[in-house]
Formats: sequence, C-alpha cells, structure tokens
Amino acid sequence: MSLENFFAMGGYAFYVWTSYGLTLVVLVFNLLSPVVQRKQLLRQLALKQKREQP
Amino acid sequence: MSIIPAPISRFFHKTASPPHFYALADKLIPWLTVLFLLLLIPGLYGGLVMAPADYQQGDSYRIIYIHVPAAWMSLFIYVLMAIMGGIALVWRIKLAEVMLISSAPIGAGFTFIALVTGSLWGKPMWGTWWVWDARLTSELILLFLYLGVTSLYGAIEDKRDAARAVSILALVGVVNIPIIHYSVEWWNTLHQGPTVSKMDKPSIHISMLIPLLLMAVAFKVYYAIAVLQAAKLQLLKREASAQWVKSLLEKPQ
Repeated sequence: MSLENFFAMGGYAFYVWTSYGLTLVVLVFNLLSPVVQRKQLLRQLALKQKREQP
Repeated sequence: MSIIPAPISRFFHKTASPPHFYALADKLIPWLTVLFLLLLIPGLYGGLVMAPADYQQGDSYRIIYIHVPAAWMSLFIYVLMAIMGGIALVWRIKLAEVMLISSAPIGAGFTFIALVTGSLWGKPMWGTWWVWDARLTSELILLFLYLGVTSLYGAIEDKRDAARAVSILALVGVVNIPIIHYSVEWWNTLHQGPTVSKMDKPSIHISMLIPLLLMAVAFKVYYAIAVLQAAKLQLLKREASAQWVKSLLEKPQ
C-alpha cells in the first residue's frame, strides 16, 4: 500500500481521518486537563501554606 | 464487616486511604502508559494498514477500530460508576466517590466519540448523519447521564452530599445500559446487529478482529491512566486541608 493510497482511504479520507482526529483531541484533552488543573491547585495550596506559616 | 477476614479488610482500607492511593497512582501511571502504547501502536497499524478493506464498505469501515471500542467503553465506564456509587452509598468509602466523579468526564468523552464517529460512518454508508433509531437515541441519553453526573456534583456545595446524590443518579441511570446493549435486537433498527460478541461465530475476519481487540484493550488501559490522573486531582481537592497534603506540599516538586 502506497502512502498516497493510505491517506486517501479509498475515497473516505474525510470520514476516516475526521473520526481519528476528533478521537485524538477528546482523549488528549481528558488526559491532560486534570494534570494541568492539579499543577495549578498544588501551586495555590503551596502559596497558602507559605502565607500561613510564621 | 465481620464477614470479611481482617487482613483483607485491612488491605482494602490501606489501599483506599487517600495518601496511599495517591502514591500508588504515581507508581502505576508510567507502567500503564508503556502498556497503552504497546497496545495502541500495533492496534492502529493493524487496523489502518494491515487489515484488508471491507468488500462492501471499502475503507470507510476502518472507523470501526475506534467506534466500537469507544462504544464499549461508554457502557463499561457507566457500569463501573454505578458499582462505585453502590459502594459509596453502602460503605461511604471516599475513594469510591472520587473514582465515580473522576470517571464521568472520561465516560462522556467515549460516548461523544462513539456518537460522532458513528455519525461520520453513517453518512457515507447510510446516507444520513443521524436517525432517531433505538441504538443512537439510547446512546445519546447515556451522554446526558454522564454530563448530568458531572453537573449535579458541581452544583451541590457540600461534597459528601454531592457524592451521595451522584451515586443515586449513577445507580438509577444504569437501567439504560441493557437498553443500549439489546436495542439492536429488541427493535428493528438501522444500526447493524452485533458482530463480535457472537463468540461462537463472530462475523468478522481474524485480520480485522485482532486490531479491534487490541484497540479495545488499549482504550481500557487509557481509561485506567486517565481516571488515576483525574482521581489525583479530586483527592487533592477533597483533602486540601489534610495532613498528608501538607507534607506533600513541603516536598520539592
């Protein structure tokens, strides 16, 4: 199978690649969003703790 | 509690304790990520390159390698959430509440993927993006159940009350799961019947079946990674003033 054929997906390129692309976006978002939020939360909590300590 | 032997009960209490679970998640995530890639890469290669085109549907059928595993996950995660809800209501284990609420956005993601890829597959094959058929409609209701769990939890101030409310919602909503599963048999629908679960004689060739199963397991491992990441965040939110979080903050990041 040539690379050109692979991307063409027998004429169904739009449907196949949109499906795979959207799946990638949703899965990456659901994986990274809690990581980013946790880092922010840890930073806030650390600041608060520093302020409360004498 | 007395019917459970003491060492087993101790094991569960230790594993389910927030600081222990937080550390365990940190240890598991790298291994799960390696396992995920080991399943995903051959799954994608097998599905997009190795497997032959379908004799009726051409290459459009290759959407199956994400559509079907995502649809399976949408049901699997909801059943897990209902079990977590039951555990949370009976034993009031905080970790069960955290796992329930952490699973909801991931389940919503898979349900969304199943619906959208189904639509993108339906357009060239059925000639329409959407029909109000039993399978599609019950799957759409599942998406609303997932979103309902997340917004109900967010709407109630006290997180213990919120967890009780979403546990009940998760348990009640589970009636939708057999409806989705059997919808293609109970009603005469446009959506095709099961291909894989007829284990004695699956109507799918082995070169198409292997990548499909690889993708299905890869999605399960993805869920494990994503739910651990989300649970770490939820545990920190719930336990922000606990001693173990304070000592965690003192460690260099």
